[in-house]
Amino acid sequence: MLIEVSQSIPIHPSEITPEALYVDRRRFLKELGLAAGAAITIGTSQAWAAEPALAPLTAPRKLEMAGGEGLTPYETITHYNNFYEFGTDKEDPARNAGRLRTRPWSVVIDGECEAPQRIDVDELLNPRVLEERIYRHRCVEAWSFVAPWIGVPLGEFLMRFKPTSKAKFVAFYTLFDRQQMPETARGVLNWPYREGLRIDEAMHPLSFLSVGLYGRVLPNQNGAPLRLTVPWKYGFKSIKSIVRIQFVEKQPPTTWGSMSAEYGFYSNVNPEVDHPRWSQAQERRLGELFKRKTLLFNGYPEVASLYSAMDLRKDY
Amino acid sequence: MSRLLAWRLVAWSLGIVPLVNGLRLTLQGRLGANPIEYLEHYTGIWALRLLTVTLLMTPLRMMTRLTEPIRVRRLIGLWCFAFACLHLLVYLVFDLAFSFTQLLADLMKRSYITLGFTAWLLLLSLAITSTTTWQRRLGHRWLVLHKLIYPAALLGAIHYLLLVKADIRQPLIYLGILVGLLIFRVPWRRRQGAQTLKSAFPPVRQPKNESQLPNVS
Repeated sequence: MLIEVSQSIPIHPSEITPEALYVDRRRFLKELGLAAGAAITIGTSQAWAAEPALAPLTAPRKLEMAGGEGLTPYETITHYNNFYEFGTDKEDPARNAGRLRTRPWSVVIDGECEAPQRIDVDELLNPRVLEERIYRHRCVEAWSFVAPWIGVPLGEFLMRFKPTSKAKFVAFYTLFDRQQMPETARGVLNWPYREGLRIDEAMHPLSFLSVGLYGRVLPNQNGAPLRLTVPWKYGFKSIKSIVRIQFVEKQPPTTWGSMSAEYGFYSNVNPEVDHPRWSQAQERRLGELFKRKTLLFNGYPEVASLYSAMDLRKDY
Repeated sequence: MSRLLAWRLVAWSLGIVPLVNGLRLTLQGRLGANPIEYLEHYTGIWALRLLTVTLLMTPLRMMTRLTEPIRVRRLIGLWCFAFACLHLLVYLVFDLAFSFTQLLADLMKRSYITLGFTAWLLLLSLAITSTTTWQRRLGHRWLVLHKLIYPAALLGAIHYLLLVKADIRQPLIYLGILVGLLIFRVPWRRRQGAQTLKSAFPPVRQPKNESQLPNVS
């Protein structure tokens, strides 16, 4: 039923450009000129390379899928995280996620499929199957970044387990371990963290299962060792540190959906449909001073056909 | 060093220390991955903290029988207003890029903006009329006007609460402290009666007053 990546997505394959080209100095200086003098050092770059302590990953295939936009520095992507299992401040996960033990790590794939299985995450690190994809990432809180993920297409991975015709949705579960995640004792969310996709969303060539970032394995705070990357949906859909994937017949409950009706099951990035308390029309790209316009489906119009029969205002 | 001078020094440093610290972090580029959000939260939380401190001054005066808390209250209130202005300014410049149509849209659609902006307008009216000249000009109406600090405080705390996605402990703590400080004023006013008006005016050292003690009659 799937998957012809090269036909369905307009891709400009490219190598990762060296640092200097990504720092768009002219626009940055212009913005600084508009800003007050006090803001001069805001956003000046930190390290661009991944933490050398993390194991390197090679991905022979590289797909640039962020319209040529500059990469957000590694330091930023890894020190501004929502991973409430390690605290609710953006800097908390970078501080606390060191407690997460990512090896050994296995993932159970079960539910409505013919070949349920428990697989070891190291099996996914085979360089022959890994791809690098540069995606935009848009948080429901109206900030965004661009990151080079390494991983495998989710759909191809899921097909290995032979989902049956009853598999209408896919449910995902994050690890829930009070010992490694003491902050969960505070009960801010309903743990374990759960997310879900409709089966056709999960099979879409853009849906990605990430194991690495910036040429190395994922840092814990970004969802090591295995996370979802669904670039046309708000960031909370891209569940981190997955331990279970389940094919199900009914739309599965999600953690944020169970907290409040403010977070719909689909949660597609949509500048026209505001969060009940704030606007989604604009976003702040991390590292930029002023806000930019948010794009429908986060600038991935190729997913629009998934929702052609739906009212996006109602099914937000 | 006189006692009043010591109180004034403390009051000034309550404003200057966070201001200088914020400038230092900005100039050193230590505002984290989202500097604008950091500045918005930093200036907002300091406005709320200093507002809480101004509301603490009356209980402090009653407990210590000192007049100094009331004599530095205006200064702390003005520092609170300064942080509220910086907070609004960062939002106007970096979130809205000075778009007043967008400001209007936000004011109509986003309740946390509506509440926060209303709180700022209240603080503005208090800051303008904070001078001794305005105190004299308004007479007893000045006291009535400056009761607006209570709704301003509540609006500020609710504005904060509405921003948070799930972990609402921090805003609830602020809201709780503010509500506590407001409740404190209810029985006190009843017992103190007319004394309240006099004591708020040019600070005269008050004699020990029976009615300030718990009244069991």
